[in-house]
Amino acid sequence: MSLMNNLSTSMISSSSSTFLAPTSFNSSRTQSVSVPLKSINIVKCVATPQEQQNAYKTKVSRNANIAKLQAGYLFPEVARRRAAHLLKYPNAQVISLGIGDTTEPIPDVITSAMAKRSHALSTLEGYSGYGAEQGEKALRAALASTFYRNLGIEDDDIFVSDGAKCDISRLQVVFGSNVTMAVQDPSYPAYVDSSVIMGQTGQFQKDVEKYGNIEYMRCTPENGFFPDLSKVARTDIIFFCSPNNPTGAAATREQLTRLVKFAKDNGSIIVYDSAYAMYMSDDNPRSIFEIPGAKEVAIETASFSKYAGFTGVRLGWTVIPKQLLFSDGFPVAKDFNRIVCTCFNGASNIAQAGGLACLSSEGLEAMQEVIGFYKENTKIIVETFNSLGFKVYGGKNAPYVWVHFPGRSSWDVFSEILEKTHIVTTPGSGFGPGGEGFIRVSAFGHRENVLEACRRFKQLYN
Amino acid sequence: MNKLSACSSMACGISLQPKMVLASLRVRKQGNGRCTNVPRNVNLEKLQNNYLFPEISKRELQHLEKYPNAKVISLGIGDTTEPIPEQISLSMANYAHALSTADGYRGYGAEQGNQALRKAIAETFYKDVAVKDTEVFVSDGSQCDISRLQLLLGSKVTIAVQDPSFPGYIDSSVIIGQAGNFQDKTGKYQNIEYMQLGPQNNFFPDLTVTPRTDIIFFCSPNNPTGHAATRKQLQHLVEFARDNGSIIIFDSAYAAYISDDSPKSIFEIPGAKEVAIEISSFSKIAGFTGVRLGWTVVPEELLFSGGFPVIHDFNRIVCTCFNGASNIAQAGGLACLSPEGFQAICAVIDYYKENAKILVDTFASLGLEVYGGVSAPYVWVHFPGSKSWNIFAEILEKTHIITVPGSGFGPGGAEYIRISAFGKRKHIIEASWRLEKLFSKGKPLCNCLK
Repeated sequence: MSLMNNLSTSMISSSSSTFLAPTSFNSSRTQSVSVPLKSINIVKCVATPQEQQNAYKTKVSRNANIAKLQAGYLFPEVARRRAAHLLKYPNAQVISLGIGDTTEPIPDVITSAMAKRSHALSTLEGYSGYGAEQGEKALRAALASTFYRNLGIEDDDIFVSDGAKCDISRLQVVFGSNVTMAVQDPSYPAYVDSSVIMGQTGQFQKDVEKYGNIEYMRCTPENGFFPDLSKVARTDIIFFCSPNNPTGAAATREQLTRLVKFAKDNGSIIVYDSAYAMYMSDDNPRSIFEIPGAKEVAIETASFSKYAGFTGVRLGWTVIPKQLLFSDGFPVAKDFNRIVCTCFNGASNIAQAGGLACLSSEGLEAMQEVIGFYKENTKIIVETFNSLGFKVYGGKNAPYVWVHFPGRSSWDVFSEILEKTHIVTTPGSGFGPGGEGFIRVSAFGHRENVLEACRRFKQLYN
Repeated sequence: MNKLSACSSMACGISLQPKMVLASLRVRKQGNGRCTNVPRNVNLEKLQNNYLFPEISKRELQHLEKYPNAKVISLGIGDTTEPIPEQISLSMANYAHALSTADGYRGYGAEQGNQALRKAIAETFYKDVAVKDTEVFVSDGSQCDISRLQLLLGSKVTIAVQDPSFPGYIDSSVIIGQAGNFQDKTGKYQNIEYMQLGPQNNFFPDLTVTPRTDIIFFCSPNNPTGHAATRKQLQHLVEFARDNGSIIIFDSAYAAYISDDSPKSIFEIPGAKEVAIEISSFSKIAGFTGVRLGWTVVPEELLFSGGFPVIHDFNRIVCTCFNGASNIAQAGGLACLSPEGFQAICAVIDYYKENAKILVDTFASLGLEVYGGVSAPYVWVHFPGSKSWNIFAEILEKTHIITVPGSGFGPGGAEYIRISAFGKRKHIIEASWRLEKLFSKGKPLCNCLK
């Protein structure tokens, strides 16, 4: 048990995310209420060096940056725990409110467009080979007019991708190893992990649970989950996610104005993650470019994953304004374009056809409906934890509920919840030391599963 | 989908040689804090030109602007042209429809790929060489995998490439910081080992004069030369890697085009599992250039110097910097590997191979030195004493045919032109006819032989 909790156990055991039983495209489903065994396809264990003392070794050194990583990436780690739990309790009706994986079918108008594009690829007139690496023109135009109308963002400022997670790494490749970065603490783990991989960071410091050379901007209930910028050291890059994963906090116009000013004063670049913008209930900015001056200091990344259920289809985008320049005056967009042309080859044309359908008026309406569904889930979860007397955050502008368990280790709470209620959540410390003492409950799920989960929470905590 | 339109949105200088006109693209620093204080990545500064293929697209666009009525034939970028066989696109359409149903909806897939597809890849391509499905990582294509492998390896490894070679290896190496500075005199990056290929060495490098590097990129059948390494040659390569403790990254994207019994996978060579990674793609075998699907094989036996399994770190990269290939594309991949699907895609491959044969015959009949085109969809034509960009321009100007100048693939390609065999049969035939007219006039191409 302690093997799991101690993230600083040896690299091999903690990060050899054990891989499980494969599922085919038509995976068998578990019965009744529980969420069916999804495509958490996991693979067999990798042999450890101990077993291979006499094995042939190349003379190629392992990348020291990857060696700095403390454990497996967070979400496969959560998946591993879930799988281990299922092995222990094969008949348990496990409910997954951990990994933020969408569960509701994609609206017909969108899948029909993808099916149509697929069929067209079999015809003379409809076949297309390589697409523009930056994305199909019509889609770029639709993204610009849907999300950035009147913000001075042009079609060719938009780069279509196979998702925000991939874009984050491509941005890191653009920036290189000689930049410093700041993240919110807690934050989506890909920012930190990609930074480590890229060689921007020092070693992990176990006592503070932070990587050297990263500026962690603490976000807590006390500061309204917006960092005290007066205490933040200058870094080249600032990753900022709003609505926030995992806290659910949505930065106000005033806060973002301060952030843009901070970046401007410091000559920094904000990488603004707006993946959850459409979940916003309040009247907060949905795009960083709503803030005057942002085009000279910010990049925005976004995704269809949580709007259209495209977590498996893979489609997102990144906006890089022409006005964003490196210190020598070179446009950031030009370097990003080079990376996109060299290290990438465009998002799948079928996925892009789906994206275009998402942005038709019918598609937008359909997406709003699904988003509304998940927001209703969020409301139910928030009400449950409130009624149990917990301090609950988020849930209003994002599909995540951030629950405080003061004084407790989040992996312990995670394990307790899993053991006693068969519900998978995500431990806050997986998002950074600032997440210790919190649990993230994701609101993606079938309604009956969410309701059942809430019943079990009530049973456990009453 | 018109790739050309993307280029028009990025303003670039026009020149015969594609020298990166960075200076003209830079906005002069205006003071007043218009620029950030974030330094540009010095590695990106080292790149000499635009990536080769967008550069070719740009030239095509410029040519069309000059001759709006020209019937341009594109034998440049290796872009597939034939429709995807119906049963495959039907699978993808069905999968898409299913995503709208409660039973058929799928969210995040395994980052390593759908299990059934991994299994099918292992069974289809690696049946006799005992590659496990757990060693197969499904991706959105080789170009992306090459960069992910570079992220895995980091900036401190040294690489060797064939010269000429697919530019993605060198460019990704420069970007990640392995390559050192570009040397104008040699046309090479100082830290990269260029293994020369030519008719003189049967397009296989002389390994006795090749210094050790950590990584060796090796593509067979080769892009651009078309040469498929023999079993003996690959044994030699594996031995070389083994003696040097190097890792081979073997690009087998064109293996399906092999016409003789040359190995289709590096893992056919004993001992290769301990020294090699293999990358491959559905692009040129199934017309998936836009659909985006490929795979990488990392054997469990492949270890870093300290004994750490490479597969472990690659998995970490895949889980952190990637989120899996599109599930719809993967459904298509699975259909490709069904018996009927595979038969159908083989028919399309044969179509392109027939194209290649026509082109080879054309050049051969003109008395030109022609290589490749037998085990790969590329024809590699030698114009001794020439500069390839000049030949490229001459061919384009006089026949409205887009090719690729060999120097885009490295200094070893300086006197060559690559002609791709992807195209409609009628265009291939038309192109052959135009090329015959151009080259059989009895006089040398003017200005090209300088």
